[in-house]
Amino acid sequence: MTDYTKIDFSALTAMSDDEVVTHSYVRDVPLSEGRTLALLTLDNGRDHTRPNTLGPATLIEYGKTLDTLAERAARGEIHAVAVTGKPFILAAGADLSKVSEIPSREVALRMGQLGHHVLGKLSELGVPSFAFVNGLALGGGVEIALHADYRTVDASVPAFALPEVFLGLIPGWGGATLLPNLIGIENALKVVVENPLKQNRMLKAQEVLDLGIADVMFPSVNYLEDSIRWADGVVSGRIKVKRPNEPGKVERLVKWDAAIGIARKMLQSRIGTVPRSPYVALDLLKAAKSGTRAEGFEREDAALADLIAGDQFHASVYAFNLVQKRAKRPAGAPDKALAKPVTKVGVLGAGYMASQFALLFLRRLQVPVVITDIDQARVDKGVASITGEVDKLLEKGRISPDEANRLKALVTGTTDKADFADCDWVIEAVFEELAIKQDVFAEVERYISPEAVLATNTSSLSVEQIGAKLQHPERVVGFHFFTPVAVMPLIEVVKTPATDDATLSTAMVTAAKLKKNAVITADTPGFVVNRLLAVLLGEAMRAVDEGTSFQTVDEAIAPLGLPMAPSALLDLVGLTVGAHVLDTHHAAFPDRFYRSENLHKLAEYGTLLEKDDKGRVKGFDKDALKIVSGGTNPSTAEDILVRLQDGLARETKLMLDDQVVAAAEDIDLCMILGAGFPFQMGGLTPYLDRVGASERVFGDTFHHPPVTGIDA
Amino acid sequence: MFVDGVRTPFGRAGEKGMYWNTRADDLVVKAIVGLLERNPSVPKDRIDDVAIAATTQTGDQGLTLGRTAAILAGLPKSVPGFSIDRMCAGAMTSVAMLSGSIGFGQYDLAIGGGVEHMGHHPMGSGVDPNPRFVSERMVSEDALVMGATAERIHDRFPHLTKERADRYALGSQQKTAAAYAAGKIQQDLVPVAIRTAEGWGLATKDEVMRPETTLEGLAGLKTPFRPHGRVTAGNASGLNDGATAALLASGSAAKEFGLQPKMKLVSYAFAGVDPEIMGIGPVPATEKALRRAGLKMDDIGLLEVNEAFAVQVLSLLDHYGIDDDDPRVNPWGGAIAVGHPLASSGVRLMNQLASQFAERPDVRYGITTMCVGLGQGGTMIWENPNYSRKAAKKA
Repeated sequence: MTDYTKIDFSALTAMSDDEVVTHSYVRDVPLSEGRTLALLTLDNGRDHTRPNTLGPATLIEYGKTLDTLAERAARGEIHAVAVTGKPFILAAGADLSKVSEIPSREVALRMGQLGHHVLGKLSELGVPSFAFVNGLALGGGVEIALHADYRTVDASVPAFALPEVFLGLIPGWGGATLLPNLIGIENALKVVVENPLKQNRMLKAQEVLDLGIADVMFPSVNYLEDSIRWADGVVSGRIKVKRPNEPGKVERLVKWDAAIGIARKMLQSRIGTVPRSPYVALDLLKAAKSGTRAEGFEREDAALADLIAGDQFHASVYAFNLVQKRAKRPAGAPDKALAKPVTKVGVLGAGYMASQFALLFLRRLQVPVVITDIDQARVDKGVASITGEVDKLLEKGRISPDEANRLKALVTGTTDKADFADCDWVIEAVFEELAIKQDVFAEVERYISPEAVLATNTSSLSVEQIGAKLQHPERVVGFHFFTPVAVMPLIEVVKTPATDDATLSTAMVTAAKLKKNAVITADTPGFVVNRLLAVLLGEAMRAVDEGTSFQTVDEAIAPLGLPMAPSALLDLVGLTVGAHVLDTHHAAFPDRFYRSENLHKLAEYGTLLEKDDKGRVKGFDKDALKIVSGGTNPSTAEDILVRLQDGLARETKLMLDDQVVAAAEDIDLCMILGAGFPFQMGGLTPYLDRVGASERVFGDTFHHPPVTGIDA
Repeated sequence: MFVDGVRTPFGRAGEKGMYWNTRADDLVVKAIVGLLERNPSVPKDRIDDVAIAATTQTGDQGLTLGRTAAILAGLPKSVPGFSIDRMCAGAMTSVAMLSGSIGFGQYDLAIGGGVEHMGHHPMGSGVDPNPRFVSERMVSEDALVMGATAERIHDRFPHLTKERADRYALGSQQKTAAAYAAGKIQQDLVPVAIRTAEGWGLATKDEVMRPETTLEGLAGLKTPFRPHGRVTAGNASGLNDGATAALLASGSAAKEFGLQPKMKLVSYAFAGVDPEIMGIGPVPATEKALRRAGLKMDDIGLLEVNEAFAVQVLSLLDHYGIDDDDPRVNPWGGAIAVGHPLASSGVRLMNQLASQFAERPDVRYGITTMCVGLGQGGTMIWENPNYSRKAAKKA
């Protein structure tokens, strides 16, 4: 076994010059019967906006502090040790920026080893140890708590998670070994694998208790006092701790491997086999069934080192930073102060999409929303569907009766566009045809003020042309949602040559108020997401039309690890829409985008995939396959993949050259948020760099240096 | 009925004090939570009101403290609350007025108490006295400086010497130390987690006690209010942070919820004196309260007198011909030793009297009394529910 005391960690400490050190403070607290609890507080001296993080210097100080406490325990001076955090924060885990700077696998290995070496001391003090989880605990913060003998949790803790798998890592400071042995394999799978893959879902205090991670929960008002009193009870023997979720013999013999097997199958069907970290996590959880802690920690060390050194982790951190930072400060956004207030919203249209918009604006802006359509019946239906959605929210307890009344009173419908007069934001969701959109905007312009913003949700038309018939085209902006509107986090905000800064700023501020991430794009066909998806679908259909089977095409594209295969994507967006998207792009760029006659035939036929009663895909529809058969020049999966990679690299490069967006980062952000492209690809461009597509197509890379692993 | 009372440990005011990083409202909230934890049979939604006193009602002592503290303590939102102020007698006034409401049959259960974070709210901060006080010579300039008002008691009663004040102060420290050693004070303290430069800690006892005090030491202290004066930091209470809370109930509510009241209220009175000699306020207040109760000082077996200043206690005792070291008076010491976070102190007196009542079935009546800034005094007379004639005869 690894003897952590003999390891030289100087390579890590050399990296910690600019670390914001989280210090380990200790104060003695009197317990009953003359006993003493040493209360260790982790505090980096900053407020809650800069959470405690665990860099090398922090870990070394924490370890030394625990060594001192072990000596004091041996001398009989203290009878228990508890670790807690500064207000609202226990610790947010390792400092990610530091981890991504690690220069070699060897140093990465040291990172895992140092964590195990130091955090493990909490279970070797010779006196009972406690973690008082007083606030946010992520990753290493959770692992600090897992090394304690007992845990309490503050009922107000908003986020407690092992998010490592979300970032291409595994809980490698003991989490993957200790957690399943504390709360059972199924619960551990949920925390370590499932939740990170559900948009990095985090646990609330009640779940931390219910899962058995914490032994007891106390209300925030007296949390530390209650925790200390509880610890006193445990130390004195008055309180016996029961752990119903702790795995027993039967679970280890029967359930453990089966649960891992089920989880593996589910993962394979949900995310494919490209992402490494979820599967590494499964292997570690599986192995945690038996053997010693030390063996488990050693396995974690090796796994963590491999992952830190790999491409996927670096791409994930890149993607994480885009979503966390760049998405919040959109490139090219004008001064927020220029934004015009939006006090009433008009929605042109009352159909499904229009109702979705109306509901979103209503809930987020809480201003009057008026919808319109060509006749009263449609308008009434639209209003009814919106108020129906509000009622559903009320039924689910998501909003109060007062709030429901407020929202319902804000929605009105009209067939008279004069009722739009005092709207300062009008968005259209009418049929996707240029003349119709032009007319509807021109008509409403007669009533609204010259400053009111006109937003269009077009996905394929020129925003500039939609505004061509207006007296004030400078107030027109593209505002392209992705379906389902309530769920998808991206809006492409399209700036035409005429769009003025006040309008653009209003669009950006409004997007933020809708809790969406907005990326500014130029008014070019397909903007970003649809244009790149058109490359993907086009290459897929080209191969099919040439005689490659759909199956082979799906397999060819699988190595990207996209959320769905091309056939499933076509099924989701609809064959007609798919054919239309290819047509539009082919019309705009005939030499680069493929148009598929077969796809039109498929659309006419109506079905591509064969499904069972529950909507699960069983395979391809046989008649659909007949429709597309007849090609005589099938490609291999390898060829298709290379063609796709090159197509994406070429199109991305062209978009950047044409300044469709400000930078490659924005392309990636769009693909992550709008198309669900995975973190492990870094969105798109880090992937294109690392597979050589960028080099093949334009003799360079998108990123300098490329976003790749250490040993690449 | 005074059912139960608790308090936080009292801290030293200022940056070096243990509560410097703790909010005033959190102190009183923790007192209320601790009080309710000790009385789990009380249905929280049956509490009719929460009255919390503070002298400076701004910042973390503002925003209608009784209401905010009730919400923060997790009481149902149906429970109302308000703030109350009579400077040092704030908590005493809250108990008196809530008791009045109970007596009038309008309330069944109520929580009274007080808080003063003199570190966050130094005495006199933000005050804006009406200029007429000075221009019309309504009060002398000394009236707002409490130490100066105490010097005036020495002026009026020359036989109450500095030496007697110091000796009284020494006794307070010694009695408190003995009470602590016997675990008597701690029983009504709720521990408070405190944030310090060395991380989180736990306040479990009063911060300012000086059991090592000597007469010689006291004699050598500076007299900050007058050159060659008599009032020192040693024979006065200090500047402190702390909070108290008490549970009050009607007789029928006590019965309904199975509560064992520790004291029964007999009478109360507040009275005014010249603001520049506010320390003698307890004298007329006590006279009035005794008269209302139909009692004489001879009937009183225990006195809890707030020790804002030693000389101010002596002036009350002197008035009634009670010895400086009479064992009935502050048997566990007082504010000179444990501190006096202004508006909170009234309930501390009650806590200690209640605990002594439990030990002394021979005593039938006790008094809590205190002086108040701007020339007032407050006195409450309590009856011991544990009183037994048999025990009294034996004693």
